[in-house]
Amino acid sequence: MAEMVLVGNFLEAAVRSATPLGFAALGALIAERAGVVNIGIEGSLVCGAFASFVVAGLLGPEVGFLAGGLAGMSLGLVFAVFVVALRAQQIIVGAAVSMLGLGLTASLHRIAVSSTGPGAPISTFLPLQVPVLSGIPVFGQAFISQPVTTYLLYALFPLVGWGLYRTVGGIALRAVGEQPSAAVSAGHSPARIQCAALLACGFLSGLGGATLVVAQTGIYSDGMSAGRGYIAMAIVALGRWTPRGVAAGALIFGGVSALQFLTQAVNWRVPYTIVLATPYLLTLVAMAALRGTRVAPAALGQTLNRP
Amino acid sequence: MKPNMASLLASTGVVTCALAVVALGIAAAGYDLSGAARAAVEGAVGSPFAVLSATLKRTAPFLMLGLAVAVAFRAGVLNIGAEGQFLAGAAAACAVGLFATPVLGRATLLLEIAAGMVAGACWAGIAALLKRRFAVAEVVSTLLLNFVAANVVAYLVRGPLQEPTGAYPQSSMLEPIARLPLLIDGQRLHAGFPIALILALATWWFFRSTAAGFRFRMTGSGRAAAASAGLINVNAVQMHALIASGAIAGLAGACEITGVTYVLYEGLSPGYGYTAIAVAMLGGLHPLAIVASATLFGALGAGADAMQRNAGVPAGFAVVAAALVVLGVLAIPRTLRLLRPAWPGRP
Repeated sequence: MAEMVLVGNFLEAAVRSATPLGFAALGALIAERAGVVNIGIEGSLVCGAFASFVVAGLLGPEVGFLAGGLAGMSLGLVFAVFVVALRAQQIIVGAAVSMLGLGLTASLHRIAVSSTGPGAPISTFLPLQVPVLSGIPVFGQAFISQPVTTYLLYALFPLVGWGLYRTVGGIALRAVGEQPSAAVSAGHSPARIQCAALLACGFLSGLGGATLVVAQTGIYSDGMSAGRGYIAMAIVALGRWTPRGVAAGALIFGGVSALQFLTQAVNWRVPYTIVLATPYLLTLVAMAALRGTRVAPAALGQTLNRP
Repeated sequence: MKPNMASLLASTGVVTCALAVVALGIAAAGYDLSGAARAAVEGAVGSPFAVLSATLKRTAPFLMLGLAVAVAFRAGVLNIGAEGQFLAGAAAACAVGLFATPVLGRATLLLEIAAGMVAGACWAGIAALLKRRFAVAEVVSTLLLNFVAANVVAYLVRGPLQEPTGAYPQSSMLEPIARLPLLIDGQRLHAGFPIALILALATWWFFRSTAAGFRFRMTGSGRAAAASAGLINVNAVQMHALIASGAIAGLAGACEITGVTYVLYEGLSPGYGYTAIAVAMLGGLHPLAIVASATLFGALGAGADAMQRNAGVPAGFAVVAAALVVLGVLAIPRTLRLLRPAWPGRP
């Protein structure tokens, strides 16, 4: 019985750590299927976290969550302007946009602290119990005793999957990522599609950052995104650029950070930092093992000729 | 690709505009702008101490890492793993310094530098191998290896390299004979700075006057053309470029630990490897122009610290300024068609 509680606690923590990663990775998936590598996600995450903290303190966590998404989306817009309209190199723009997000939030946070003092913790979303389902041993404790934002993420995965594979827009988006000229021949505008994908990516990443604040900690600290934007890109690669794979990849990365609690509980002798490095190594091995089976979008990272 | 008058003007314009925007932001946030500006200028260039111990001390890692990024990018390899290669170099130099000093004495320093370069090259070599044998894109692998390196450093400073008392997550201090000499008494500028300058000259000469440098540039300008018209083994060239880039980044790590910190700890690099992309960009990937852009970033960092310390203005504004500089440099050739650096993957 004690073991089952321990496993349940561990899985609950894994899902909690996986939620912000899942939002950001879903955003990264949409952008990469449209052929864009966006390492500016890190900036969207931290902006989402900051905006949600400020707005949630005034208007409550629901509005704060939405504000986080919009803040992330505005940074996604900056990225889109440079990559799609000005056709600049994606990696460079991404690095600059990440710096912009981290610098802006750090400055604004200090300004806010120096004028009004450190913000008090905001009220967060509490775990929402679902009748019957939450009572299932282990599973219920792990997956159905989460804040409402996590349930939103559960719904988003099949929704994005349906959008990417079953709608005209989604098929056009994947065509842009594979063979932009074919998409043009079919009457689609790669620029418009990539723009839309990047805005969606920014919005979802912003929601991921907001989750950290309004559904977990209730406070903001500088750089609290802590590299999750880059982890999101690893998750997409590990998940072989499919929604289902991304969901599994987010759970794996979430599970590894939740091992922190488990190693303390069962007093493991394995150095925790080594455990933390394993999902990155796992991603590298998975990518190496995929040699020959081409799964990444063919036009990923290419700068398109015609805007 | 020579830095001409137009590109120099454009870069100066971008830097001026970025600083102006940030100054507006500082004023709009209600800070005393003239006080902040005075603190920043004094902190960066106001005294010999500011120039030597703040600005130029910071310039050394920016310059070496900027060169590392440029070497890879000029050959069309998107190495965004300078951060991890820097950490690998620093960790290796620290390990050698701690264990070899009692045996080798003065000669330890050379071994530390060599170990740093080898470790950086090996760390980049993993990505090169994954690219060559398993077709893993270096953009992803170098980025992932940054996090592996950070976790390895975190492990080392809590395990094999931890200081004897075990109270802090950091290594013991390197012995004075295992450190890079300081250039001027009472100043913190160390021998890593002239090493970086020599490296910049060497890189410039390599790209300008050697056949291998020509092959690097050809490969970066167009893989297909280099392979068919130039009879260049582009895969081998890109692998060499990535490993050379890693060696330079490892050298930067070794110089930082033997010249500045003397101990290994987790936050050794506050994102130097990512800032280096901006440094290389602003310098148009030209080794000599990177000397100028690295100095600018060094001054920006020193000024921002002084501004936060003496005028209470958040140092985050300097990060915003750096980001705006990069975005400005990217925007200008597109909007004004003045600057045309050879970019991998550019139409």
